[in-house]
Amino acid sequence: MDIQKHWFQRLALFLCLLCCSPAALLARPVPGRAQTAAAGVAPSVQVDRLAAVEQAAADAKSSADNAWMLVSAALVLLMTGPGLALFYGGLVRKKNVLSIMMQSFAMMAVITVVWAIVGYSLAFGSGYSFIGGLHNIFLRGVGLQPDPAYAATIPSQTYMVYQLMFAIITPALITGAFAERMKFSAMLLFLTLWSLCVYDPMAHMVWGKGGLLNAALGGRFPILDFAGGTVVHVTSGVSALVCALYLGKRLGYPREAMPPHSVVLSFIGACLLWVGWFGFNAGSALASGTLATSAFVATHFGAAAAVVGWSGAEWIRNGKPSALGAISGAVAGLVAITPAAGFVSPMSALVIGLIAGVFCFWMVTVVKSRFSYDDSLDAFGVHGAGGTIGALLTGVFASSAINPIFKDAHGNVLPSGLLEGNAHQILNQLMGVAVAWTIAIVGTLILLKFVDLVIGLRVSEDHETQGLDLSQHGEEGYYWETSA
Amino acid sequence: MTKVEAVIQTSKLDAVKEALHEVGVEGMTVLEARGHGRQKGHTEFYRGREYTVDLIPKIKIEMVLADDMVEKTVQAIATAARTGKIGDGKIFLSKVDDAIRIRNDERGDGAL
Repeated sequence: MDIQKHWFQRLALFLCLLCCSPAALLARPVPGRAQTAAAGVAPSVQVDRLAAVEQAAADAKSSADNAWMLVSAALVLLMTGPGLALFYGGLVRKKNVLSIMMQSFAMMAVITVVWAIVGYSLAFGSGYSFIGGLHNIFLRGVGLQPDPAYAATIPSQTYMVYQLMFAIITPALITGAFAERMKFSAMLLFLTLWSLCVYDPMAHMVWGKGGLLNAALGGRFPILDFAGGTVVHVTSGVSALVCALYLGKRLGYPREAMPPHSVVLSFIGACLLWVGWFGFNAGSALASGTLATSAFVATHFGAAAAVVGWSGAEWIRNGKPSALGAISGAVAGLVAITPAAGFVSPMSALVIGLIAGVFCFWMVTVVKSRFSYDDSLDAFGVHGAGGTIGALLTGVFASSAINPIFKDAHGNVLPSGLLEGNAHQILNQLMGVAVAWTIAIVGTLILLKFVDLVIGLRVSEDHETQGLDLSQHGEEGYYWETSA
Repeated sequence: MTKVEAVIQTSKLDAVKEALHEVGVEGMTVLEARGHGRQKGHTEFYRGREYTVDLIPKIKIEMVLADDMVEKTVQAIATAARTGKIGDGKIFLSKVDDAIRIRNDERGDGAL
């Protein structure tokens, strides 16, 4: 309320000044008055007036940025529920539809609580190169004033809640790898710990104050990751692969047919993901200016080109372009453009999307069947592979004309990516990818082992055959009514 | 009393129903079914995995008729359901001992 009142006062002041200014201009030509003004009160009045106008302009910008960032935060939440829940829900068998949706939904609740208590502080509090400190636990010091280190025009709480939505979707992405066979309790414990031990450190390294890989705040290895190619997609995708290998295959895989029970649900989910991704990437500009537009356009172009890439490859290989292929291609493109959006031109986005579409198609069709791991819903094939290729291609295509992120001591803009002559950036990107792969593999292995010892990861064979909806939740997604 | 079971293409249900109505068949039970005869299935691809679908969706119509109705009913079904391609289905006939109307315990042809 106070903030609102304050804002109204400023607006009223601004409007008053606006009404007065023509009068002031008219008054100027009268010589006598001008002289008295010059001799007396006018300078300080003018200074005050100028300050008031500057303040009003800053407030207007702040309001505009805040509006976009709150909408973006809501869009990113929309990606998890219903976007990802529907996308994954359609891909599993009928008997597991609620279990996979519940896993995404549980992240919306549990990660929020953990984030408020300690997660935000570990990721974004000041601290060390690898992880933030405990200064902001229980959101201490995270109020309605901006934190200029992160975003100078939006309240810290807007920034905090926007970042929370990323922390929610990242572990939810992993659920695709162990779908249809993990205990709900084990999933809760594992992903909560994963969020604290893998996501928060990685987010801190890339985006946090003093982070090892932070390009904007002078990290040791400045990697370009606009919206989370490494932080979100490489960490979740690689962890997904580790989960698939550790848990083993579903009963009957690959002998039994396990086609998606409803590509229709997945289709709706993928379309919601695409829309939500505008909040994810364009929102990562942390303001509503031109950079947001650039990221928005790149995001859309990347997704579209990847659909063309995936569907084209599938058409050539299988003779038909499937709906599931087209939507999978869109998600692959969105993943790959995530680190690049906000650094690359629209044409580069098309190239990145096209490459990612073909590459991820090859990963989930050829590579997965050759190595025969049961990454049930292709969390690794799409997010791990797409995130990695996207992070590396960002180092190739990043343009200082789109985002002048590197500057020398005199403020002159330095080249960003390989195509501009900054070959070294490829090494930085490789470093970022290597760190993400390492923390994901090591962290996930340790946590899986721990949770396996404490409560056990897999459901019993009987429960797996029965389906997780019944065995874990005591309900069915599609209840068979025997009496009308 | 004869039981007629006809397995037909799903797209032919309306035509068969209409033909049955024209020859005077008053009751039937329709089931959604899956199966195959000599017709083999098709393949589907989901993210590169190939699935052979050999159980194809069909419609099964069941009815029990007085014996004098059977021949014209069979003709009506066969004519209406025929496309001339493999997969048109089959009609099976079998003898039925009795029929009982649940509402009033009526038995035999009168219960049909």
